[in-house]
Amino acid sequence: MTIALASASLAPSGLPGLDPAWSRVVRTPVGAWHVLDNQAVLTTTSDDAPVGTLLCVHGNPTWSYLFRSLVAAGTRAQRPWRVVAVDQLGMGYSERTGRMHTLGDRVAELAVLTEALGVTGPVVTVGHDWGGSISLGWAVDHPDLLAGVVLLNTAVHQPEGSELPAALRPAVARPLRHGATVSTTAFLDTTLALAHPRLPRDVRSAYRAPYRVAARRAAIGDFVADIPIDDEHVSHAELERIAEGVRDVGVPALLAWGARDPVFSDRYLRDLRERLPHADVHRYPDAGHLVIEDHDVAAGVMSWLDEHFGPASGVPSASPEPPVTDTVDQPCRPLGATLVERAEDDGAALVELRGETTRTVSWRLLARRTEQLARGLASIGVRPGDRVAVLVPPGADLTAVLYACLRLGAVVVVADAGLGVRALSRAVRAADPVAVVGIERALMAARAMRWAPTLVAAGPLHRRTRSALGVRATLVELAELGEQAGERSELVWPSPDADAAVLFTSGSTGPAKGVVYTHRGLAAMRDAVATTYGIAADRPFVAAFAPFALLGPALGATSVSPDMDVTAPRTLTAGALAAAVRAVDGSVVFASPAALGGVLATADALTPDERSALAGVRTLLSAGAPVPTGLLVAVHELLPAASLHTPYGMTEMLPVTDVDLDEVLAAGDGPGVCVGRPVAGARVAISALDAEGEANGLPSTEPGVVGEVLVGGAHLKDRYDGLWFTHAASVRDVGWHRTGDVGRLDDAGRLWVEGRLAHVVRTDRGVVTPVLPERLVDALPHVVRSAVVGVGPAGTQQLVVVVEPDERRKPGLADATTVAAVRAVLAPLGVPVAAVLVVPELPTDLRHNSKIDRTALAAWAQDVLG
Amino acid sequence: MTGTATVLVTGASGMLGRAVAQRLVDDGWDVRTLQRRPSGVDGARDRLGSITDQADVERAVDGATHVLHLAAKVDIVGPPEQYRQVNVEGTRTLLAAARTADVARFVQVSSPSVAHVGGSLVGVGAGPAQPELARGPYARTKAAAEVLALAADEPGFRVLAVRPHVVWGPGDTQLVGRIVDRARAGRLPLLGSAAPLIDTTYVDNAVDALAAALVADESSFGEAYVVTNGEPRPVAELLEAICTAGGAPVPTRHVPARLARGLGGVLDEVWARLPLRGEPPLTRFVAEQLSTAHWFDQRRTRAALGWSPRVSLDEGIARLAAHTRVHARG
Repeated sequence: MTIALASASLAPSGLPGLDPAWSRVVRTPVGAWHVLDNQAVLTTTSDDAPVGTLLCVHGNPTWSYLFRSLVAAGTRAQRPWRVVAVDQLGMGYSERTGRMHTLGDRVAELAVLTEALGVTGPVVTVGHDWGGSISLGWAVDHPDLLAGVVLLNTAVHQPEGSELPAALRPAVARPLRHGATVSTTAFLDTTLALAHPRLPRDVRSAYRAPYRVAARRAAIGDFVADIPIDDEHVSHAELERIAEGVRDVGVPALLAWGARDPVFSDRYLRDLRERLPHADVHRYPDAGHLVIEDHDVAAGVMSWLDEHFGPASGVPSASPEPPVTDTVDQPCRPLGATLVERAEDDGAALVELRGETTRTVSWRLLARRTEQLARGLASIGVRPGDRVAVLVPPGADLTAVLYACLRLGAVVVVADAGLGVRALSRAVRAADPVAVVGIERALMAARAMRWAPTLVAAGPLHRRTRSALGVRATLVELAELGEQAGERSELVWPSPDADAAVLFTSGSTGPAKGVVYTHRGLAAMRDAVATTYGIAADRPFVAAFAPFALLGPALGATSVSPDMDVTAPRTLTAGALAAAVRAVDGSVVFASPAALGGVLATADALTPDERSALAGVRTLLSAGAPVPTGLLVAVHELLPAASLHTPYGMTEMLPVTDVDLDEVLAAGDGPGVCVGRPVAGARVAISALDAEGEANGLPSTEPGVVGEVLVGGAHLKDRYDGLWFTHAASVRDVGWHRTGDVGRLDDAGRLWVEGRLAHVVRTDRGVVTPVLPERLVDALPHVVRSAVVGVGPAGTQQLVVVVEPDERRKPGLADATTVAAVRAVLAPLGVPVAAVLVVPELPTDLRHNSKIDRTALAAWAQDVLG
Repeated sequence: MTGTATVLVTGASGMLGRAVAQRLVDDGWDVRTLQRRPSGVDGARDRLGSITDQADVERAVDGATHVLHLAAKVDIVGPPEQYRQVNVEGTRTLLAAARTADVARFVQVSSPSVAHVGGSLVGVGAGPAQPELARGPYARTKAAAEVLALAADEPGFRVLAVRPHVVWGPGDTQLVGRIVDRARAGRLPLLGSAAPLIDTTYVDNAVDALAAALVADESSFGEAYVVTNGEPRPVAELLEAICTAGGAPVPTRHVPARLARGLGGVLDEVWARLPLRGEPPLTRFVAEQLSTAHWFDQRRTRAALGWSPRVSLDEGIARLAAHTRVHARG
């Protein structure tokens, strides 16, 4: 076989996204390299010296083209970076050297190249695929120049007891290797097919360009042959050196990861996080191996660089109001403290009504059970800081497990089964728990979808099921284990700033995101609820809204669960609510709007006794979904002495504001929904929208300004879990979280929510927020509901109203009468209505069947009106 | 306006030309007009003649400080050479004469179709004129004329192009007249869904915009601006409103849009080759105009001209209806 040696060349012109001005050839003693380097462009386009150098190293079988978006982003950044993306020798447009390059060779060769390029510090290495190990090799060898490391879907270590990824085995197996990698383009094609969504044809073609003939693909095969499949392998020692050296690099690290990678799966992410515990992580659930093609990773990397190397790194930005720090050195009373203190109390902690029977759990029993479970979890290997997914329906078991985790310092992962099994699985896998505590159905999913290595059953299981699922223990057994461990296993309160819980968002406004709370954050949430709703020790409350039942033990208050199916809140009857109120002489009731609907529907059956029990309720809190004012007005008839509250908040912070019915009625009609004033410990500000409708204003509490709602307070989330870029964007104003809601404050300090920022219509006469116009249209005859959307480019969008009429109609233009009525009712907006469309039914999200999918609707309207 | 400002309005016998000339007279301009027929504008001095006749043009422009150039062949069919003569050569002649006559400002009235090469226009800006790619002889020759005009812009001789989109109003024969006539004859089908959004310009707003262009800020010159009401509506709704206001039956018959475009293309060919009189029942250009979205980003225009539309679409329709009632009685 003859080997066609070819020297390095420039990249051809016309490759999408690649500026030929970046392409250069560098000759070194080890070979001639092709690199992308924006240095020449930077000196002509920017006055500012680059902050540093990004040294980007591709894997197999790609080339520097992979990093074109990063070269572009580094060039145009306000504070630019020199970006050097190399083609490894034998790869891309670098020289075909005719020799095999081992990992050790490549690390050494890269050092020769950076020397030749005159790369000076600070350097941030960027590696993808096997380029990750090479870039880290360079990093370990250049501590004086190294300022940071960025890794995209890579690995430095084959985790113990695990096999090579199945997807790689055919390529590595010697008999197949040459055919898969060199004589055919199978390996190349397979890699390019890993993009989600599919790469455009011209981009695929650009990746293939340097590898058109077999002779140019030799290094692809060599690269695969260099994967150290066992410790006899020539590159094994070098990889081990790098893998261990990484632990000591001590510089900022970023892991940007595509979760749908058949090669570098989550276990490699876990391994890297263990080696780089301080790393910032952004894991894209829907991206694959070519993560930088699937998402705008370059923009994320630039924001990360700004955070760590920017002028403002660690320094708050200028703001009219000084950033408020809510958490500095304040003492923090753990959520579980009350439970421990009342371990000798025989009074009722939890009361569960089920038909004729009442189950009462005393403080003593709950406290003991919690300690047992905490020790039991420890005895099966769960350590403080480990994550435990809890998939147990509300009730005493759930309460005990949650407080056990908090006591132990394990991080509870809670996702609502209402997400559906796919989204639930996605959520749990993203959180990466060590154990799942669940009911049988949850355990089956956990085993099938490999959510966690250790499974704990919430209830008894059939012997065969148990062994098939590999269940480690049941809760009863766990408690026994804990009891046996007894005082030998000491429980220490976790640090207030340690992670306490990962709660998932509902997923109705995008994929469910994990929200991390510290123990301090949870304690602050408890205090905010206690202060706002007057809950105190020995003031029992009725929890017809399950999440609040969990707060009872933290508040020191007896919680009573009425007889209902907690997974179907509408099953709550008026009689059951009255019975619960009477059982504990409760004056505070928590109930979801759906549960209140059930109560109203069954109110006729109330006896006079039951009516008088309900008349004793002083406070009702309704949360969990938007609460229509009409519903509260009707509830008021049943609970005449109660003030009826609705909070505003989100998974990231709850509650933010509160309002009662009287205030809502007094506030009257406004530009949106009046959600009241900030609760104790919460802050609200507005980031004004600019002419393009972007929320770029600094946080302000000036009344009347329309913008994105910002919230802050001690009970705000600590961060999003494994979504560093998302988190950074959400807290770009120091001390504030961007909610994605749009609204304004009024003169009385009340917040009005007017819709989602993403749904604002950006016309050339200003922005239109959807809530008010939709309310006006919804009030027209023959309209079931409506949605206001924009078509056309932001800043010059046209307003379109889509109506769901009470009679089924074909989708399309509305009739003249409807059009005239809608235009007339919206005339006060001062923005013309371009078109009125009808649909048989507005698309809504599956989860709530209430939030209209305006994004889909806008796309449809654009199509019809285009 | 001071008495020293003298404006030449070409093509002042059409609906828009007459209205803008009248407006300029009312605003205190010294107005003269150039077209073959009397303009009927009170207070303007008509210089009757042809835009293609150099002597006529030179005589008309002599002594003017401003030129507002509307004269054009605007039909939708006819031999391409006629369009070129009037639209391209006429503009060339006028530009040369105006420069010789020390005219300070020249406003070229153009059309959004000069930049339209097919497909939907959804909230787009003006875009460069495309003499090679624009659709049909009218648009191509107007594109060439606009390129000529803007190329002539220089210090001391400032040129600006205004592109009003689909101007209509009472007394309009180009659009309203055609629609109403066809609707009465039962020859006005709706193309496709008839839902695409079309923006139009009520004549008074176009008049305001042209008057504003003559006195626009110096920095606004050298460029083209699309002018519309900024109120796009679905085609069906527009046609219905115009028919109702014009006293004609509302169109209800739908023809598939693709079929209409194809048919229009065939008819274009037939009318171009055979000595047929009048207009084909449908041209490809019209079929495209009526079956794809046409609306524009008006922010740049409004800032550059210091203008915004005063008469809303609905008010314009009401005025059209009132006009129809008066004339029906008469």
